[in-house]
Amino acid sequence: MSIRLENVTKLFGEQYAVDDISFEVKTGEIVGFLGPNGAGKTTTMKMITGFLAPTAGKIFINDQPVWENPGAVKKITGYLPENNPLYYDMYVTDYLEYVAGLLQMEKGSINQRVREMVVVCGLDREKHKKIGELSKGFRQRVGLAQALIHDPQILILDEPTTGLDPNQIIEIRNLIKEAGKEKTVILSTHILPEVEAMSDRILIINEGKIVADGSPESLRKASGEGLTIRVKVDAETSTETVIEALKSIPGVSAVDLFNDNNTFIVTGDSGDLNRLIFHSAIANNFVLLEMTTIETKLEDIFKELTTT
Amino acid sequence: MNIILTIAKREITLFFDSLMAYVLLVVFLGFSGFFTWLYGSDVFFAGQASLQSFFTAAYWILFLFIPALTMRTIADESKSGTLELLLTKPVTDWEVIAGKFLSVMALVGVALLLTLPYYFSVMILGPVDHGATIMGYLGLFLMSSALAGIGIFASSLTNNQIIAFISSLLAGIFFVLIFNIISQQIFGPVGVVINYLSMTDHYDSISRGVIDTRDVIYFLSVTFLGLFFASASLSKRNIVEEGK
Repeated sequence: MSIRLENVTKLFGEQYAVDDISFEVKTGEIVGFLGPNGAGKTTTMKMITGFLAPTAGKIFINDQPVWENPGAVKKITGYLPENNPLYYDMYVTDYLEYVAGLLQMEKGSINQRVREMVVVCGLDREKHKKIGELSKGFRQRVGLAQALIHDPQILILDEPTTGLDPNQIIEIRNLIKEAGKEKTVILSTHILPEVEAMSDRILIINEGKIVADGSPESLRKASGEGLTIRVKVDAETSTETVIEALKSIPGVSAVDLFNDNNTFIVTGDSGDLNRLIFHSAIANNFVLLEMTTIETKLEDIFKELTTT
Repeated sequence: MNIILTIAKREITLFFDSLMAYVLLVVFLGFSGFFTWLYGSDVFFAGQASLQSFFTAAYWILFLFIPALTMRTIADESKSGTLELLLTKPVTDWEVIAGKFLSVMALVGVALLLTLPYYFSVMILGPVDHGATIMGYLGLFLMSSALAGIGIFASSLTNNQIIAFISSLLAGIFFVLIFNIISQQIFGPVGVVINYLSMTDHYDSISRGVIDTRDVIYFLSVTFLGLFFASASLSKRNIVEEGK
């Protein structure tokens, strides 16, 4: 199930919430939607689910326009809205049965499926409680369970891990990873390590526009910073000799001394830099103790792209 | 239709799971019983076996009772965000409204059923005009559906239950009282129109045992318009302004 947006714009009054964005998500892809608060992530997701209509532009799910048959699209989409709204006065299993009813699932399969979801989402011990009595982490699981109950082909999750403690975040992440294996998933977040951990592709959106699109690696490459390597050598060799040797490596643009005397930061554009440093060490007879590739952090790319 | 029933079923379960249904039923039966049997121009005062005093009392109690039932229907869902959850399932705006309406009418139905012992008691007292009694119940039911339509519309306009309650009560006052009073002051075609809008006249003629299609059409169209506007107010989020 692919998702395609073509020149989608959404206006709220005079304000552009989403401004002429186009992108495509292929079947089976997990896309992380990244952006500061108010960038248009939620609005875009609401439009994909068919809850909001775009002011201009078209959204296709499997080449079917969402607005021509919203019912069919909604049947194959699982959606976890921001802040995870739930009926606090309902029991967990009653709620899941209710959602299954709304999704017009086969009567005979509902009970079986509800039991499955309760187990998959780790709600077994909480299933007889009212949703209002559950802790935040368990409520989030109920939210995921309702999004997954009809085994949707498309999963749209709006900030699925906000407000959870670190353990719960990892649990929910694993749950999404497990459930999203054969699905097309779009998830939004503003937690950067999360997108890196979970998605194949990142879309960065700012002020209603897409400012970056690609895998975490390609975004790093595109950000223009070359390879940075931290090298620690044996203290027996003099600092000057090492700097001389490292500087003479082809492709190295700068060598800086890192806080203590025998650690150096080497910046260069060659993809083969690690190997060349090793050979240079042998040739110049100094001992390498440590060599670490320092990657440009996603945080930096994000900051660079979303602050102007 | 299945979806409408699913939504209605959840609402009804909720009414009875919380204390709300019981409180409202006790209040309804308490007040209607009090004014029918104990106070003022009650059954014994009328001098004939008739439930007329019950129909008058129930009319005014339902007038207060229905806004209390409808106030949370949509307002609560839009406040908690569950409306979004509902409308991202294969459920149309109209189905949500219809499900809510059905649940309110089911509770009104239960309330009216529970007053049937009044009818049986009056039957013991003397010969009852069965036709008029059935019409009286029909009138109450139709009037409730019109008020429920108005109430659900009010609830769809806001996410504050109190505002929904007060505005549907206010709209109810217009239909039940103010149009009647104005129509007595104004003559000519405007007066006729306002008089037609007044709920009291239509109700009175039905509860006297006269069934006139005009009265039935009146109640059904108020109901339908209320629900139609409520559904339109949910769809409002998707109105795309031209020229932008």
